[in-house]
Amino acid sequence: MGSGRLYAAVAAGGFRRYATYRAATLAGVFTNTVFGVILAYTYIALWDERPHLGGYDQSQALTYVWLGQALLMTMCVMGAGFEEELIERIRTGDIAIDLYRPADLQLWWLAQDLGRAMFHLLGRGLIPVAFGAWAFDLTLPTSVLPWLSFLVAVVLGVVVSYGIRFLVSLAAFWLLDGAGIIQMAWLAGVFCSGMVLPLNVFPGVLGEIVRALPWAALIQAPADVLMGEADPVGTYAFQAGWAVALLAAGRAVQAVATRRVVVQGG
Amino acid sequence: MGEAAGVTGAVETGVREDRAAHGGDGGGWDDGPLSRTARVLDGVRAYRLIVAMWIRSTMAYRASFAMTTFGNFVATALDFLTIVLMFSQIDSLGGYSLPEIAFLYGLSSTAFGIADLVVGSMDRLGRRVRDGTLDTLLVRPAPVLAQVAADRFALRRLGRITQGLLVLGYALLALDDVHWTVLKVLLVPVMMVSGGAIFCAVFVGGAAFQFVARDAAEVQSAFTYGGATLLQYPPGLFAQDLVRGVTFVFPLAFVNWLPALYVLGRPYPLDLPEWVAFLPPVVAAGCCALAGLAWRAGLRSYRSTGS
Repeated sequence: MGSGRLYAAVAAGGFRRYATYRAATLAGVFTNTVFGVILAYTYIALWDERPHLGGYDQSQALTYVWLGQALLMTMCVMGAGFEEELIERIRTGDIAIDLYRPADLQLWWLAQDLGRAMFHLLGRGLIPVAFGAWAFDLTLPTSVLPWLSFLVAVVLGVVVSYGIRFLVSLAAFWLLDGAGIIQMAWLAGVFCSGMVLPLNVFPGVLGEIVRALPWAALIQAPADVLMGEADPVGTYAFQAGWAVALLAAGRAVQAVATRRVVVQGG
Repeated sequence: MGEAAGVTGAVETGVREDRAAHGGDGGGWDDGPLSRTARVLDGVRAYRLIVAMWIRSTMAYRASFAMTTFGNFVATALDFLTIVLMFSQIDSLGGYSLPEIAFLYGLSSTAFGIADLVVGSMDRLGRRVRDGTLDTLLVRPAPVLAQVAADRFALRRLGRITQGLLVLGYALLALDDVHWTVLKVLLVPVMMVSGGAIFCAVFVGGAAFQFVARDAAEVQSAFTYGGATLLQYPPGLFAQDLVRGVTFVFPLAFVNWLPALYVLGRPYPLDLPEWVAFLPPVVAAGCCALAGLAWRAGLRSYRSTGS
């Protein structure tokens, strides 16, 4: 079996695994939609006070709300991806078996995560955006090109998100208990991804810092590409830069970690 | 975990002895001989014992407890930080100043925090239904509601209450044009307690729904976390129909909106009369009664996974 086909199979498995729980998916869609409605009304009030805040008009701000709700699960902003499973395998020592497999650890989980993200984009993303477009006045492009550029930005965003979460998981080689580091990653993800407030609304130096961090690649970047607020090429370069840096860091940490792996329990 | 299991055993024995003293026959929750009051007392006692067990088990790892409590505090504080960031760009949101929104926020967050601490573990019920571990609770001689509510009691949730109280404290110091009367001062603790009770009812009702919904447990978050978020902002921001819904159908407006608007001297939504500000205790009692009925119906409809 060629390695390309192997990883494609792993990705398909990741997609199917999450697609199995239909009731849970519908429940998640409902919850995303409720939060979208609440956020949308607060943004309407905010943009009524300050039209063109952060360079968005009100309709763009509302579009941002619904794209954020759609991408929340796709980007695993609040966790709930593969991290807990990988951390558990590291803690129990099952990771030793994974390292013996004739497949690369990092690529294996990346393939699985891309499959998952693809399902969450379709299963958790489409309905909230459709509802948002029905209930509020959104700025969604009508031509195909912006949507294709958006998809590229989403895929790059998922890889950045994966890069962060792979590093978080590997911390378990040293910490064993992943609860603390998962919580830190959750906090950083929620605050720095622009999930609660667009990053271009953050004031002053704080704004400049959060817009340069990798979390800016998750929601802010794809949303700006779709709405034509950012140059796609520059955005891709920003995302790809972080993706390469994080994956390389993950690879380096993995090399160090596997050299010192001590399987618990013998 | 071995220690924890040992303590569970002790708790069960304690409850059993207690029931023997009451003359109970120990057969499930539907037993005749015990009067309603005795059953409630029994439940409260079981709840107290199980909570005490979980606190002892948490305190075995003090550093971990301190870190997770701090994490809980920071995680909830991010919510308020978002509002502060908004106010770095504006002076008022929907006609409300930062201290006024902080007042709404503090009350909502504290009331929700109380409910989250007391019965927050109930959103794990769906998982217990799915993997069949609920059966273990059914055969124990203590009310199931008390067992499920106290299950994995998480003292770290004090972090959210602390954060809510701090924001409320800031609001009370910063609000300068409120004409405080005895009634308004009294209304603040009443709001926290009855608001907490209303959110408790939402958690219990949500758990009852999980008997039917199973996998769809996440729907509950829309009403618990979603409700708490909604109440952090003034009602004037939202569509009239939404406000109507959370006033008459799903009465979250009584947690803080209506009484807090009375304290702030702000106009009510939907032309409601002024006395509705004093309804929260009544609404809370009604909600708890309804949630109790829903729980009873949910538990009756429970069929084990059988595997």
